[in-house]
Amino acid sequence: MEPLLKLQDYTIRFATPDGDVHAVTGLDLDLAPGEKLAIVGESGSGKSQCWMGVMGLLARNARVSGRAMFGDRNLLGLTQRQLDAVRGAEICMVFQDPMTALNPVLRISRQLTETLEVHRGAGRREAEKQAIAMLERVGIPDAPRRFRQYPHEMSGGMRQRVVIAMALLTKPRLLIADEPTTALDVTIQAQILDLFQDLVTETGTSLVMISHDLGAVAGIADRVAVMYAGRIVEDSPVDDLYERPAHPYARALLQSIPRVDRATADIRPIDGRPPSLADLPRGCSFAPRCGYRTDACDAAVPPLADIEPGRIAACFHPVHRHTAADSKGSRT
Amino acid sequence: MILYSARRAALMDDAARAAPKGRSLAADARRRLMQNKAAVFSLFLLGLVIILALAGPWFISHDYETPDWGALRSMPSFGNGHYFGTDQNGRDMLARTLYGTRVSLLVALIATLVSVCIGVLYGAVAGYVGGRVDQAMMRLVDIMYALPYILFVILLMVIFGRNVFLLFAAIGAIEWLTMARIVRGQTIALKEREFVEAARASGQTTFGIILRHIIPNLTGPVVIYAALTVPEIIVTESFLSYLGFGVQEPLTSLGTLISEGADVMEVMPWLLGFPALFLVSLLLSLMFIGDGLRDAFDPKDR
Repeated sequence: MEPLLKLQDYTIRFATPDGDVHAVTGLDLDLAPGEKLAIVGESGSGKSQCWMGVMGLLARNARVSGRAMFGDRNLLGLTQRQLDAVRGAEICMVFQDPMTALNPVLRISRQLTETLEVHRGAGRREAEKQAIAMLERVGIPDAPRRFRQYPHEMSGGMRQRVVIAMALLTKPRLLIADEPTTALDVTIQAQILDLFQDLVTETGTSLVMISHDLGAVAGIADRVAVMYAGRIVEDSPVDDLYERPAHPYARALLQSIPRVDRATADIRPIDGRPPSLADLPRGCSFAPRCGYRTDACDAAVPPLADIEPGRIAACFHPVHRHTAADSKGSRT
Repeated sequence: MILYSARRAALMDDAARAAPKGRSLAADARRRLMQNKAAVFSLFLLGLVIILALAGPWFISHDYETPDWGALRSMPSFGNGHYFGTDQNGRDMLARTLYGTRVSLLVALIATLVSVCIGVLYGAVAGYVGGRVDQAMMRLVDIMYALPYILFVILLMVIFGRNVFLLFAAIGAIEWLTMARIVRGQTIALKEREFVEAARASGQTTFGIILRHIIPNLTGPVVIYAALTVPEIIVTESFLSYLGFGVQEPLTSLGTLISEGADVMEVMPWLLGFPALFLVSLLLSLMFIGDGLRDAFDPKDR
């Protein structure tokens, strides 16, 4: 099937007085229509910037190269006006913190109907009808009354529901959710994730869920791409990744999740720190922290290669055939 | 049973009433303003002065320019109907004071309106667009700040001639400088907020974002500063009139009246006293209202 979004050699650099910072380096990624992709990685792995770049929301000093084909348009080459016609209509975004993603001085009603009026040319009454229906769909009780309220009169979970309603109102083809549950209570997180799952399946929208929480994305995504230092290091179906991670970093990441059913001593934090994006190592970025490192790892960046059907990883020594027992984990 | 259902109905009613009804920041601010005694008193006083200035002249038998030849330099008196006395030309001081208040208020309103419109748009655009545009726009403001104020006014006088209201629209066009700086600063802080990013992500145009998301969020500081600009312009007008640049005879303003009254204050103190009283109550109440608004919109500052 023709991919909905195709990133090719997609690179983001930030020009700073201390030299270029390589936020995203040579990324290649396909996203099929209706697919649910999770992007996971640590802070600073470039996972958010990558998608901000697709939306054209990067800081002024960013330099983007490569291609981001959305259908037959290259999103990176659009003029401001063309981009405005795509954003909000075909690609929508849900931000991390619902406390700040809504304008505090405007009623929910104004903020919801705005995109419909801008992009779909709907009249005010028609837009309001659709907006209230969408509020009900995202599970806001007493929607017609809530519709007239200001953001500060709602709880965090409810606001995030409003933000999601706002993003789905124009029936976009791609929804980008940047850590949509990070700022929420744990009890609310599950509800919101369920909501995402239902809505995206129902509308056939493609979903990109950016998260550092492997547990949160496990239930919702079809496929997980693990990012490290601006590159994708592994891209696998969700079950394979969780059961048999191929890249040592993916495995280390999984072992560092605290779990209720295991003792704290079983958590293995990853030693060391991610490399500076201003000064990437010549070889594999993870090599300095990796227990499987060889000289080859320091000499060249391992390319993304097929390791199994439907799975790719950028590693000379993939570990997916190892059992958990012989894991060397991170270097001590 | 009936009793119960009646009670339940009452309870439901209560619940409906207690439910949040959509209180805006402005409504909150209004409530806090109403708790500020000085501000409420000032509002009342300001309202009184405005009503007097607008409606008063209809109820008194003298107008502001016709001399009463039988009562030149009359003291305030109930006997001859000149409650505030008359000036050297026999013109009724009450009518003149009320007219002067009218002119002063109108002038201040026009100038403030002009300064708010220009200042908010200019500052919001400079702050939001940023970069070189911002640099260029703010340097222009700096240059205008550096020009001597009075020189500017005299230049404008030459251009606009004796039309007072155009002149004061022009004064407003200078007064916007500070407003533009305040608004720019606020805008720079605002544009980093996520809801602006969200608006951009939903495909709204730059101008649409400035109009719909930036400017409504500026209401607090703008209202406060505008309320403090009004007295400033009244003082400016008084000062200019005192120098002879302001309103021309026989039309009058509080500043003109005070300047004329000051010349003869030893022999005819009422020519100074009444206009001064009006000016002082106007200024004080406006300033208290401005202060009250600042507290009301920004409760953290107290």
